[in-house]
Amino acid sequence: MSAREAPTPYWLGLLPALALLVLFLVPFGIMLAVSVAGREAGGFFTWGFDLASYARVFSPFVGRILVTSVAIALGAAILAVALALPFTVILGGMSRRAQTVVLVVLLSALSLSEVIIGFSVNTLLSQTAGVGNLLAWLGLLEAPRAFTPGLFALMTGLVYLSFPYAVLVLYPPVARLDPELAQAARTMGASPLRTFATVTVPLLRAPILGATILVFVFVLGSYLLPQVLGRPQHWTLSVHITDQAIYQSNLPFAAAMAVLLLAVALALVGLSLLVTRERRTGT
Amino acid sequence: MSRRLGGLYVVVLLGLLSLPILVVAGVSLNGGQSLRFPPVDPSLRWYGELFRAADWTGPLRNSVVIAALASLLAVAVALPLALHSWGRGGWLTRVLMVLGVAPFMLPPVITALGFLVFWVSLGMYGQMAATVLSHGIFLVTLPLVTISLGLVSIDRSLVEAARTMGATRGQVLRTVVLPLVAPYVVSGYAFAFVLSLNEYIIAYMVAGFTVETLPIKIFNSLRYGYTPIMGVVSVLFVLVAALVFGTIGAFGNLPRLLGSDRAEGR
Repeated sequence: MSAREAPTPYWLGLLPALALLVLFLVPFGIMLAVSVAGREAGGFFTWGFDLASYARVFSPFVGRILVTSVAIALGAAILAVALALPFTVILGGMSRRAQTVVLVVLLSALSLSEVIIGFSVNTLLSQTAGVGNLLAWLGLLEAPRAFTPGLFALMTGLVYLSFPYAVLVLYPPVARLDPELAQAARTMGASPLRTFATVTVPLLRAPILGATILVFVFVLGSYLLPQVLGRPQHWTLSVHITDQAIYQSNLPFAAAMAVLLLAVALALVGLSLLVTRERRTGT
Repeated sequence: MSRRLGGLYVVVLLGLLSLPILVVAGVSLNGGQSLRFPPVDPSLRWYGELFRAADWTGPLRNSVVIAALASLLAVAVALPLALHSWGRGGWLTRVLMVLGVAPFMLPPVITALGFLVFWVSLGMYGQMAATVLSHGIFLVTLPLVTISLGLVSIDRSLVEAARTMGATRGQVLRTVVLPLVAPYVVSGYAFAFVLSLNEYIIAYMVAGFTVETLPIKIFNSLRYGYTPIMGVVSVLFVLVAALVFGTIGAFGNLPRLLGSDRAEGR
């Protein structure tokens, strides 16, 4: 390759480099600067170096929010991956045509706005439509009732949101799995369930862990469902960042919390990369 | 038997996944202002209303314009970057590739806040151009991934052959490489379009009060008065997404696009 001329001119990378630098890195830099800027009541902020916002980030108030966010996101991530794992393994064994159909459905669900998912799940669990009606009609409830807002509605929404994502994250490693290993177990008399538990899952241990972390970060980013489906005590860090930025007009505090969220997310994404890489070199 | 059981599991989960959408589709058919399911005196009136009611046509137009332009920008950044990475590589290019994928791996509220303070500093807060540019950068990931996949599948000997036969570098790019990646460029654009249409948090933070998009409008309606039009928009969004991904699935290799290398020969 070295002696031969590269197939693309060197200046081709300049435009994207400039675009990403100006429109992605610079905003990040400004956000870091704003996180140490002074707050200006009623306006946006005044440049400066003031660690007051960070002092608030390391307060019990934000600590509680962080614990809530982590607990909710972890619960939803584990549920979503638990549902997605058998789903993906079965999907991987299907014909290419069937796989395509399922993937189209998943992508359509995944691309849906959180607003629409929140609205749909809200409607499904509301008093006038859906589940409440059905249970009353079946005689399980005396009168139709709403199941929203609440923790149940929120978890339903979050699992709904993250299930397609979990499948798509698990899909490449599952597809790469050697189907002959499972077949061998089957011919030696193992039941499908036993094969799944003793052959497939152990082979996928690292990808499952990696996927759980990625889904966790994905749920951590959910900013709307906690508002629409949960109660104020279920608000996650993402919701509070939006709230501080828009409604409390406290951009420095919002930025400092965003930096905290960024640090948590980056550490976790790095961890998931590490987990899956170790596995690849290990085998 | 077990195969059938597995198929059943997949079908049940897909059913659960479509349940809320089915209910919302039912709700959108209500004749009156209420959100009842099953719908009361069904009619398609709200489907017409979306394109007539002044407070919804504005957001509809905003959403479509932003999605069309932002996806174009995303492709304009992603195509040269993918080509550069494919043709030259190097650590700087790898850094750029990570930057291109990063917005998608992080909680979107971080990117949204970054854009908010950026546009505030530039004095462009609240303008549609700010939404378009922000979406464009945020969505670079999608065409970047699809185009890179397309480039990897190009047989390098085709490029070599064209060069030995005397084609210039520009000619090779124009007549060999670009036609081969064109389908991937189109699917990248379509992916980005669908996601821009559905994106809420960035659009909201950058210009939520002045440039209302459909998701913002729905969210505001969730607070200040439900109407079946919200159901109509949801149904249309699902249809657009299904149409786009269905088309990609029918003409392209969706399993490979999503990371299955074995789905080649089947």
